[in-house]
Order: sequence, then C-alpha cells, then structure tokens
Amino acid sequence: MYKKQDKKTRIFKHIIIWIVIAFALFPLVWTLSAALNPANTLINQNLIPENASLKNFKYLFNNTQHPFPIWLWNSVKISFITSFIAVSMTALAAYPFSRFEFRGRRNGLFVILLIQIFPQMLAMVAIYLLFLNIQKVLPAFGLNTHPAIITIYLGGAIGVNTWLMKGYLDTIPNSLEEAAYIDGASKFQAFYRIILPLARPILAVLFVLQFIATYSEYILASIILNSNQKYTLAVGLHLFISDMYSNRWGVFSAAALLGALPIVILFMSVQKYIVHGLIGGAVKG
Amino acid sequence: MHLAKIIILSILDALAVWSATILFTEHKYIFLSVLIIVTVIINFVYLSKKTYALRYILPGTFFMILLVVYPIIYTVYVSFTNYGTGNILTKPQVINQIENRYYLPEDTKDFNFKAYKIPDQKEYAVLLENEEGKLYLAIDEKVSEVTKADSRFVDQNNDGTIDMIENYEHLDRAQLFKNLSVLQNLEFFWNDNILKMKSISKFSLYRQQYKYVKAEDKIIDLKNNISYFPKEGSFTSPEGETLLPGYRANLGWENYLTLFTDSRVSGPFLRVFIWTFEWAILSVLTTFVLGLFLAILLNDKTLKFRKFYRVILILPYALPAFISVLIWRGLLNTEVGVINQILNTLSLQSIPWLQSVFWSRFALVVINLWLGFPYMMLISLGSLQSISGELYEAASIDGASAWQRFKFITLPLILVSLGPLLISSFAFNFNNFNVIYLFNEGGPPIVGAQTPAGGTDILISYTYRLSFESGRGADFGLASTVSIIIFMITAVITWFNFKYTGALEEVKENV
Repeated sequence: MYKKQDKKTRIFKHIIIWIVIAFALFPLVWTLSAALNPANTLINQNLIPENASLKNFKYLFNNTQHPFPIWLWNSVKISFITSFIAVSMTALAAYPFSRFEFRGRRNGLFVILLIQIFPQMLAMVAIYLLFLNIQKVLPAFGLNTHPAIITIYLGGAIGVNTWLMKGYLDTIPNSLEEAAYIDGASKFQAFYRIILPLARPILAVLFVLQFIATYSEYILASIILNSNQKYTLAVGLHLFISDMYSNRWGVFSAAALLGALPIVILFMSVQKYIVHGLIGGAVKG
Repeated sequence: MHLAKIIILSILDALAVWSATILFTEHKYIFLSVLIIVTVIINFVYLSKKTYALRYILPGTFFMILLVVYPIIYTVYVSFTNYGTGNILTKPQVINQIENRYYLPEDTKDFNFKAYKIPDQKEYAVLLENEEGKLYLAIDEKVSEVTKADSRFVDQNNDGTIDMIENYEHLDRAQLFKNLSVLQNLEFFWNDNILKMKSISKFSLYRQQYKYVKAEDKIIDLKNNISYFPKEGSFTSPEGETLLPGYRANLGWENYLTLFTDSRVSGPFLRVFIWTFEWAILSVLTTFVLGLFLAILLNDKTLKFRKFYRVILILPYALPAFISVLIWRGLLNTEVGVINQILNTLSLQSIPWLQSVFWSRFALVVINLWLGFPYMMLISLGSLQSISGELYEAASIDGASAWQRFKFITLPLILVSLGPLLISSFAFNFNNFNVIYLFNEGGPPIVGAQTPAGGTDILISYTYRLSFESGRGADFGLASTVSIIIFMITAVITWFNFKYTGALEEVKENV
C-alpha cells in the first residue's frame, strides 16, 4: 500500500489466496469429474475419471421418470414470468414515489419497507392453506399449478426493489418529463416513453436479481408443487438425489452443472453492482 | 389510452361478475365479499382523478396485501387454533359427517335384493324381498311396498325374474360387482331407519347412531346413550373418549403454552431455538472473517492476478445455493463421499457427517462459509476502497504496526459502514432454510422428541417440518406459533438494525 513489501510476504499472500481458491473450487472440480464419469456413482470416485464421456448428460435428457428438461424449463419459465411482472410492477410503484406529491406518500413508502422485512416464507402455512381454499373455487390457481407459485412470488415483488428503483429514478431530472408535457404527452406517456427507457440499466439489474432469487427458491415451491411434471429444478433435484447418492451421483452432477450455468452467467453480469452492498443482500446472504 | 383503460376495466369487471355468481352459488361468502371489495377499489382507483398516484402503486400493492400481509395475519389466527391433521374440518362439517354414521340395531331386518340401473346413467333402483316374501321397491330415494303385479315391472321371458322396472335394467351378478362401489353408498330413508347394503346379497335396516342437539351443543350416541361435549376441538364424552375426526377450534394460548411448558415439546424446541442463534452468529462471523481477510489481501493494488483471483473467488456465490448444498451433501456422504475417502487414504477414520449432531453442524458451518465468504469479500472490498490512505500514512508515521493499523483503523471503519449489512446477513442466516434443510433435512433426529425436531433444525425448518413433512401428521397450529416467534425475533433484529444505523430517520428525511 504505502511501503514496499518484501518478497516473502508477497509469496505468502499468493499461497493463502490459492488455499482459499482450492477450497472454493474443491466441490466444483469433483462435480465436473463426476458429471463426466460414466460410472454414475460416488463409490471410489477418482478426480480424473476413466473413460470420460457425456453419458450422464445424455441420460438426463432421456429419463422419463425424472424429467430434468421439464424441471429446468419450469424453473426458467416461472423465473422469467415472475421477474418480468415483478420488475414492471416495481417500476410502476416506484415512479409516483419519485415524482408525484400525494397524500400518504411518505407513509406508503415506509410501510413497504417495513413489510418486506418479514420474509414471505415465514407465512408458509397460511399461504398453503390459502391456496388449498382457492383450489376449491378456482383449480387453475390452486395447489400444484404454476400460476399459483408465480402469484406467490409476486407478493414479494415490490419491497426493497421499489426503494432501489426510486433511488435510481430520483437521479433522472424532472425537466425531461416537463418537456414531454409541453409537447402534449400525458403523465403516463411521459413515464412510459421517456423515463422507462432511461431506467433500463436498473430494470435489467432488478430483473436479473429477481430471476436468480426465483430460480433458487425452494421452500414455497416445494409446498405448492407436488407432481413430477410441475416441479421446479430445486424441488425436482432435491427429490432426485436425496438418499440416492451412491447410484445417481454422476447424473446429478451433470444436472447440477447444467442447472447452475445460466445462473452463474447471469450473476457474473451483475456482480459489479453487489459491491454497493444492499442489492446483493436483498437476494442472497 | 382512455379507451384501452375502459376496455381493460370492463373485462376485469365482467370476470368479477362471472366469478361472483359462481362464488354465490357455491356459498363462498368470504371470497365473495373480498372479490366485491377488490373490484370496487380497482374501479374507483382507475376512474377517480384523486387517486392518480395509486394507479401506479396498486398492482404491486395488491399482490403484497394478498400474499404477504394477509398470510401474516392468517398465521396469527392459525397459531391460536388446533388446525392440522385430524382437525381439518370446521365444526358444522364434522357434525354433518358424524351424523351420517349408522349402526345395525339388534332388531334389524335383512332383505334379499335385486339391483336395477338405467343404462349409461347413475340412476339405481333396488327391489327388496323380506323373509316373509313381501316385496319393497326403493326408487327415487323412496321405499314403498309393492306386489309382483306392479305395472312398472316387466318380465320379458316370463321366468319369474323381473328384467326391467320402467327403464331401469336388471343388473346380473357381473354387473353387480362392477357397480358395487356405488351400490354400497346407496341410502334409502324408511321410517327413521336407513336401508343400506350390508353384503353382496343383503340389504339391511340401519339406524342413525349420532344426533347433534343444538340447544345443548352436544352429540348424543343413540345406540349407547352417551353424550359427547365439545372440548378443544373434539366431541368428548365425560369418560374422555373422543369422536373422530376433530374440528378446527380456537385454543387460545394453548399452542404457546405447549411450546414453552410441555417438556416433550419444549425441550427439543429450546434446542432448536438456541442452535438457530448459534448458527446465525457462526455464519456471519466465519464468512465475515474470511471475507474481510481476503478483501484486505486483494485490496493491495500491486498484487498480481488480483482481477483473476476476484473472479474465481466469487464463483461459490454465483451458484444457486440449492445446487451447491446438494453437491456438498454428496461430497460429505458418510459411506461413499469423497471427503471421507480422502480421510481414509490419509489413514484417518471416516467422520459421520450426517449422523452425528456435532459433525452435521460443523459441516453446515463450513458449507455456509463456502457459500457466503464471497459476499462478505465483495462488500468488504467496496468498503475498504472508501477508507482514505492518509489515515494509514499518519498511523505508520506514528509507528503503528500492521496489526495496530488493522485493529484501530480498518476494523472500526469497516464495522461502521458494514454494520447494517452484517445484521441483515444475521437475519438472513437466521432463516436460511435452504442450507439447513437441503443438507440433512434438519437431521439427525433428536431422540425422544415428540415433534419432528432434528439436531440441525433451525426455527424455520422446524416450522416446515411441523407442517409439511411427509409421514407425520401436519400441525399447522403449532407451526404457525413457531412462525410468530420468528416474526417477533425478526422484528427485534430489524428494530435493532434501524436504531443502530439511524436508517429510519434517514429514510423519513429523504423520501
């Protein structure tokens, strides 16, 4: 920093970092090895598999008992729809808080902050019973349906995101909309045509974070969904592998790698925003 | 724009009216009133000029109220009830079910019978013959005495067997078996008695066993002449026998008392409670120490490969946690896992990662360290970059050692800026269901626990297992009680967080 470090300290630093890297990569390397190992078992696994092949990956796509592609598709579909609607609702909700003067503005914003403090999953019993009742009247939104789980996720959509969004909108000058009003735009047109395009970066970040959070959600999905064709990847993979490690390890590893890949890519695309702290804490811990 | 709004509102209203008629005919009045209120609010907000800002906020708020606020309130309600397996139905439903139970009185009468059915319809008729040869016809839910010469009877081949009654056709033995499940449930009321199928060849007279007396709110067993009174959600006789099933009833503080005073429940609960705190503290502490340490190493701008190191080191954080935990569970498998294999090659003994409480907890902390240190590293890096270098220069001029500089400059400054995030992280790990449950489903089990409480269960996974674990009955009431306790703890942590950071004042100033 301010003093020339001696060579020993320098090498020592690198060694320590490499030890942590070994720790960080340890499970990933073994997973990759297992995925390529046609033996499909944990027993006597070697780090470098003999006869490495893509057999496990092929098996994944031809297994009707455990339809991995359907789980993956369900997860992607649910996450995409949830994130799209959630971000739309967040943008809508944040806009008047940033721009309009209206009664209850402060308190409204404050209440949103307070409510989102309590994780939705704490009310899992009530949510389950709610959908048990909805099922009797409206089966399309009842238990074991994707509309139900998406609706549940949307409950937590506006919350801390509204605050992040409002903070961003506050940085866009008012004069843009005023110019639009003079040109005859309505309030909504000014929002939709002028402000939304300018807010694209924060919309993208919020979308990705919501996508990752939804994709990784286990507890509510496991309560609501109960058939093979409806499971998300999180629920399906857990049922697939628990207590079956000795004879499904290879296939599971292949599934884990494929299932993690889209999220790793998405995550890396927004990780620089996590330095600001708040954003990441809203999603993971 | 206006036209579009009117069209969308019209469609919504049409849907609402359509749903309302269904709800009305199904007697779902609570849903119906909610539907009406919501529809009125939506129309008002989107038509009135005064509520312009609300038009933007309403969609998100709607879902928040329905799926966060309402469930929280409902959780409070359920925590005061015995809702769960064995107590699922409401009291009127249970009374109705119990009143539909019959017994064979000693003076019962048996009848031989022939069954008839309208082809392709679910309409049945039964022709009965008692021991004296008298004939009775049960049709259209009525029973009446008939003679062989009844005009409705058709005997096609004149063999004495009636082949058709009106358009009902006789069921031969094979068809009888096919229709058995429906026939068994046929009930004909006949002078205070019920005519039901007793065996494949006999119908008998049954009698209603239980009768609900509304004035005294009790159920009388007419056969044995015993009265059952409602008690904690079941009809109970003075001798303590209960009629199953029970119904949903308010228990007041019963669940809370059970949780804290019934030793078979409170013992395991206390263990879970303490471990939840230990777990959250250990999680924050371990990840923060490693994360900060790495951040300090990586903050050195002259360090080679630091960009590369940074990318590799955040990889664990980039993976969805549910996948990482399931992978770790495989690696730590006691019999065949890679880690025990490595230990064995080093001539060490296998460690029971999933069977022993201590090692399970140990493994969980290590797994969570793996999952969480990159986040701590990232936020620490951000925070370190905001510390001015002049502070360090001044300190080293005063002769401070590296450790002293860390202890008196870096750590205090970092703690101030990251404090709120550390408390948030504590709250997150307090409810970190995925890691706990996916690793070992909360196990290994605590010996002798009456409720499903495991050695690594935290409060949230305990709630889940109380309600949804297959193989055990669900206890929604007790689970909700645990939920409420988590709610309260979360509220306290948050209050502490706000107080610590003055965030609330700041928020109120800035909005």
